[in-house]
Amino acid sequence: MDTIDKTPKTRLIKKGAEASLFLSEWHNRRAIIKVRIPKSYRPAALDMQIRSYRTVHEPQLMHEAKTAGVATPLIYMVKVPESTIIMQYIEGPQMKTLLNSASKQHRRSLCTEIGRNVARLHKDGLIHGDLTTSNIIQAPDGTIYFVDFGLGEKNMELEAQGVDLHLLKRALQSTHFGFWEECFQAVMSGYSAVIGEVQAEKVYEKISEIERRGRYVEERKQ
Amino acid sequence: MKNLESKYCLGIESSADDFGIGLATFGGEILANKSDSYIPTEGGIHPREAARHHAEVADTVLQEALSKAGVKAKELTCIAFSQGPGLGPSLRTGATVARALASYLKIPLVGVNHSVAHIEIGKLQTGATDPVTLYASGGNTMVTAYESGRYRVFGETLDIALGNCLDVFGREAGLKTKKGLPIGAAIEQLAAKGEKLVPLPYVVKGMDLSLSGLVTAASAQLQNHSLEDVCFSLQEHAFSMVTEVTERALAHTEKKQVLLTGGVAANKRLQAMLAVISAEHDAQFSVVPLQYATDNGAMIAWTGTLAYRHGLTTPIDESIVKLRWRVDKVDVPWIQ
Repeated sequence: MDTIDKTPKTRLIKKGAEASLFLSEWHNRRAIIKVRIPKSYRPAALDMQIRSYRTVHEPQLMHEAKTAGVATPLIYMVKVPESTIIMQYIEGPQMKTLLNSASKQHRRSLCTEIGRNVARLHKDGLIHGDLTTSNIIQAPDGTIYFVDFGLGEKNMELEAQGVDLHLLKRALQSTHFGFWEECFQAVMSGYSAVIGEVQAEKVYEKISEIERRGRYVEERKQ
Repeated sequence: MKNLESKYCLGIESSADDFGIGLATFGGEILANKSDSYIPTEGGIHPREAARHHAEVADTVLQEALSKAGVKAKELTCIAFSQGPGLGPSLRTGATVARALASYLKIPLVGVNHSVAHIEIGKLQTGATDPVTLYASGGNTMVTAYESGRYRVFGETLDIALGNCLDVFGREAGLKTKKGLPIGAAIEQLAAKGEKLVPLPYVVKGMDLSLSGLVTAASAQLQNHSLEDVCFSLQEHAFSMVTEVTERALAHTEKKQVLLTGGVAANKRLQAMLAVISAEHDAQFSVVPLQYATDNGAMIAWTGTLAYRHGLTTPIDESIVKLRWRVDKVDVPWIQ
């Protein structure tokens, strides 16, 4: 019973840059089939290496995230040769949509909760690697799920944690430019509440350092 | 009200090693695009030497541009200049020339963002209207797209630029910049003869990427593999990374055009990779023509006309150069 259900119920719901997501069924449960498609622009050997690596590591990181106290979809099956992961379908809006329609107060509480979850990951040495508001979903019961750990890694270093939050900040700036500052502030306050003020301050400093390192940032020292 | 084709903007570009002057009509015709490049005797760009070069050639390039365009200085409507980002001494030289011209001719000065200019000239030359743009050069590597009044940055390098990555590796490998053959082009020629893919770091973080480790690793591999194979592997890794990041921005924004601009746009292998992802997302792919890919005055002149027509001029006392002027800090009201 390990064949992928290709009944008419299977339909493509998202063609992302890296993977296609199909909504399907897995033993009478609604499931997401995530297929990392071969990328013909890069050499086959490099392509296979990247896809296999991400297919193996993503479920491992999702599992460890649960141990850290962060909700992630259940993994039903992994098929490395086909770069395919079958996992639980989480019904609910993406944070991207939610933030744009929420009240200021609601936005604040959502972002604080996101910050808490990021801190839980970091505390356990997990880096999400692609924190955007498209990769965070709120289930009907209110639980916040993190998805798409394909670019994640296990890393305890301040540098990795700083980049992780820097990416979230950048995602907020490009997608929610009208109110990104209040969102990021709320993220950091939730982060601080879980990881502790001293550590949060260190990570915050690191984020500034990463930004100064980038090219053409006004804050950078001449 | 004069006809758009008989209103002219002169643009001065001097942000790095190229000193360029271009002339554009308000209707979008490029009448002249002249430049002279500083070529270091060894190593990378020495900012003070580059500035000295620019000061020396400014007069000649200006005369060449005006005579090519067949336009007299007194017929100009405004003077645009590259106000940043870039190297301080180089930028200041161009800004000084621009201020002098504007004051002498008593016409407005228009400070232009160098990165915005690369995107605008690409759009003008290719007909792209709302693209996801990969701007890759010696000093910049970013993926941008227009969203609510500005070009937003969807991905960028966390450390060095793509062109810089190729240049530094090239110098490590003993390649030298020659007139008409930049190091990047030399690497492209060598890479075409490479066959074996040497494993190198592949670092994509979200929509950002990191290239500094790649240079170090590739340079170290010169001990074990042929120069051709390392050039090939460096290109394949670096270009795959920027292509992956561009594809992510394309999927995220769901735009239907992809534009490649900046000096590295000349590379055929990079063009081929981007053409593949564009086709996969039903997007139209275009590359800026070579003479507008590297830093040039025409792009500043054209962007100057856009800004001027929307009332954006720069008083002399606000014309100080901005070395780290990010593209997403600039309002672009000419886009609807």
